[in-house]
Amino acid sequence: MSATNTKSDTAQSHDNHGHHPSLAHHFVSLEQQHEANILGMWMFLVTEVLFFGGLFTAYTVYRLKFNTMFQEASNQLDITLGCLNTVVLILSSLTMAMAVRSAQIGKTKQILNYLGATAILGLMFLGVKYFEWKHDFEIHLVPKANFCWDYAKERRKEADHHEKDKPFVSKLIGKFVGHHEEHAPPSAAEIAKDHKNPESQQARIFFVLYFAMTGIHALHMIIGFGLIAAVAYWASRGTYGPEYYTPVEVLGLYWHFVDIVWIFLFPLLYLLGAHLGAGH
Amino acid sequence: MSAHNSANVEAHAGHPHHEPASLVVYFSTFSALMILTILTIWAGMQDFGALNTPIALGIASFKAVLVVLFFMHVLHSSTLTKLTIFASMYFLGILMVFTLADYLSRGWTGQ
Amino acid sequence: MSAINLDRRVVGEAASTHEATPKPATNYLNHETTIASWLLTLDHKRIGLLYLVGISLMFVLGGAFAGLIRLELMTPKGDLLTGDVYNKSFTAHGVVMIFLFLIPSIPAVLGNFLLPIMIGTKDVAFPRLNLLSFYVYAAGGVFLALALLLGGVDTGWTFYTPLSSTYANGNVMVAALGVFVIGFSSILTGLNFVVTIHRMRAPGMTWFRMPLFVWAMYATSLIQILGTPVVAITIALVGFERFLGVGIFDPRLGGDPILFQHLFWFYSHPAVYIMILPSLGVASELVSTFSRKGVFGYHIIACSSIAIAIFGFVVWAHHMFTSGLSQYAAMVFSVLTFSVAIPSGIKVFSWLATMYKGSVSLASPMIFFFGFIGLFTIGGMTGLFLSTLGTDIHLHDTYFVVAHFHYIMVGGAIMGFMGGIHYWWPKITGRMYNETLAKISAALIFVGFNFTFFPQFFLGYMGMPRRYHEYPEELQVLNVLSTVGASVLAIGYLTPGIYLPFSFFFGKKAPKNPWGATTLEWTECESPPSPHNFDHNPPVYDHVYDYSTLNKEAAVVSH
Ligand code: HEM
Ligand SMILES: [Cu+2]
Repeated sequence: MSATNTKSDTAQSHDNHGHHPSLAHHFVSLEQQHEANILGMWMFLVTEVLFFGGLFTAYTVYRLKFNTMFQEASNQLDITLGCLNTVVLILSSLTMAMAVRSAQIGKTKQILNYLGATAILGLMFLGVKYFEWKHDFEIHLVPKANFCWDYAKERRKEADHHEKDKPFVSKLIGKFVGHHEEHAPPSAAEIAKDHKNPESQQARIFFVLYFAMTGIHALHMIIGFGLIAAVAYWASRGTYGPEYYTPVEVLGLYWHFVDIVWIFLFPLLYLLGAHLGAGH
Repeated sequence: MSAHNSANVEAHAGHPHHEPASLVVYFSTFSALMILTILTIWAGMQDFGALNTPIALGIASFKAVLVVLFFMHVLHSSTLTKLTIFASMYFLGILMVFTLADYLSRGWTGQ
Repeated sequence: MSAINLDRRVVGEAASTHEATPKPATNYLNHETTIASWLLTLDHKRIGLLYLVGISLMFVLGGAFAGLIRLELMTPKGDLLTGDVYNKSFTAHGVVMIFLFLIPSIPAVLGNFLLPIMIGTKDVAFPRLNLLSFYVYAAGGVFLALALLLGGVDTGWTFYTPLSSTYANGNVMVAALGVFVIGFSSILTGLNFVVTIHRMRAPGMTWFRMPLFVWAMYATSLIQILGTPVVAITIALVGFERFLGVGIFDPRLGGDPILFQHLFWFYSHPAVYIMILPSLGVASELVSTFSRKGVFGYHIIACSSIAIAIFGFVVWAHHMFTSGLSQYAAMVFSVLTFSVAIPSGIKVFSWLATMYKGSVSLASPMIFFFGFIGLFTIGGMTGLFLSTLGTDIHLHDTYFVVAHFHYIMVGGAIMGFMGGIHYWWPKITGRMYNETLAKISAALIFVGFNFTFFPQFFLGYMGMPRRYHEYPEELQVLNVLSTVGASVLAIGYLTPGIYLPFSFFFGKKAPKNPWGATTLEWTECESPPSPHNFDHNPPVYDHVYDYSTLNKEAAVVSH
């Protein structure tokens, strides 16, 4: 080991690698820069795991305490839309992986196409989420704003009853364009009474966590759009190729992570009460 | 420690970048993820009693592993990357297990 | 082997003599002088100095609140401050000292300055992120300042629910937002360091050739990465609860306040190691240099830093023994807490063994080291009283706890910081300070500190609870003693605030290696270093603390 470094070689650091336009001055080689950036992203993802981990821990604790009500509350969520979003997001992971691959093999045009596809799929995901949240609001499931557990349960029962015999496709379309019959919103007194009910309180904790988790997840996707735009801009200027594609890969890691979070959120939030059946 | 050293040396030595993965890998991963999604929904509709959540989490973890190994290229990444992922899981585990150690044993009075 | 080392040394010498030309040396301080070149710098050394200014201001601010607290406690009656103002003072004191001073102190100042140099590279892996981290820190500071200006916060630095989420008056959310933001600054620094250490080491700089300070920074950074996000999300949840009135932690709404404590201490116990580990790293450098002897048990000290970082994550509930924690969990956490003392003990004994038969010199950084080792040991030992379940029921939330953690955080961490600043000052500024004044200041701090905090062990033992502005009359003598000690302590801290800046302008020029140390920042860098640290790839030796080469060189030079 002792003879590792007898030469004090300034040559190495300046000659071989110094000329690639994307190489920052404090790195010796593109390879070192690449490795550093990838590791940096992984370290960031570690912080993300623990950031979401705090939420998952809170979820676990309350899930243990209020198991029954959590299942009932979960049953208010729309599995069809949750499933649709799962598919959309996994698809976007595939297109993201393809974008990275295109960069590795030097197809600039393809990078842009795949990034575009990823962004569109991501937007679709948020679009579906928007309709879900809108619906939650309409049936009084949003804590603080208008939460009223009894009311929400009634609405859900009604809707299930109405739609029982409709074909799947028209049900699905109804989720986006359907017109909901007007109902008298619950009165302030009803809401106040509802809030004293322990069942409502427990269901509300579920919904607090639901909104916190899906909201923070959605925030990550929105940040992802910004990153996609930046990488797409540089890609369009021909920055990336087999020599240098680090930012594309880093972006990919981020996007896949966001996907993974959803892979866990989906069963924990949507499928928890699925076995209770519709309209329970 | 030797893994770290070699990772560092590698970083300096300027090895060629990884070969891009083949399309087959990506599309099989995607198909597997789709199948598992269907599986998890089906499983969610059944009532396995106490096993509901373990099954759901098991499938989700399997899906996550697929994404990590193939989409995120960890299968061919350095030991350090693998260690990093392991560490994040390990400390998340500590957070959960030790917190639950309190909640699950609240009733034990020791008398 | 030593022959080889000598060879290398000659190469190094040649390079540096070649460079020592008569033209005025450019260094990182004078190569650019505009304000923008400081505020927008990407140089890790300058960013370190920006942080030094920031944390020094915060230290003064936090100290002012400490002064208020001690003045109030001179007398048993609450005659200077009302209960409310008193609560706000100790909250401000704790929040400023912990989040704005102590957590960034050594990592962001000395770590930023030294870590890249010590492992022989030009900069940290992500210089822009490094600068961003400073501004995120500053933004967090602005939020906290805002919270103070708007009237303060009275929850204590721990932000316990449901006090913070439901009952507290004041600007809890502004302060919490500040803490949240600063957390990200801390994460960015930690992330940067971990990647730098893994990926930027000079050729030949293997893990076990790194200085122990770098090991300590590595362990600290791991905690920053793993722990901080949890407290961030916890604070966010408190924010949801307070803004939206939804019950996550509020028992009236079905929530569980103890969950907050779990999540909070999962970060905040490891966070106390964010504060002390860097000091332990500094101590290892000091003891080696000023004993002219390699650190005893180098490997085990390096590993014990990592062990502390890991063990630190499994002891958090020792802050919750009286909260309604299950008895089983309390027992487990009590046992695990004892285990943390082992790596700390290993370090202390190794330092003692390093001095044994070394040639110990009493330069001022070493005086700080002596203070450090004594105070840290007392702090650690009293931690064991508190980890003992039965004793803690009596001592929890009394002044005993206050004394315990001040012995570690002030006696240990700040002494180490002072020692580090004095040790590396010649490198950072290129100037020597007044050695006599430095020694006096170290002595004042040591004496003042003990007068301030030792009586608090007795006060706590006699049952004086923390966080009250009044107390029974029979406790006055000890309290007055404590306040008097605090005044001495304040003088001790203010003195360096005078002679250090003075030396920056008027001090004697510092030689390259005034202490005869062996790490790269002394052997390969000028004082102050050039903008890119090294002009050539620094040679790396088998053992970082190898004084034999240095001694031989000294012999060669004196011929
Ligand atoms: C040998 C290692 C240590 C042990 C065994 C230990 C043990 C403890 C215990 C059991 C408590 C809880 C006391 C109570 O509230 O009833 C405590 C409190 C505390 N310790 Fe330590 N400790 C150790 C090291 C440290 C270090 C290194 C630091 C900081 C750098 C530190 C800072 C604190 C703080 C800040 C508190 C009080 C927090 C609060 O309630 O505001 N401790 N320690
Ligand atoms: Cu602790």
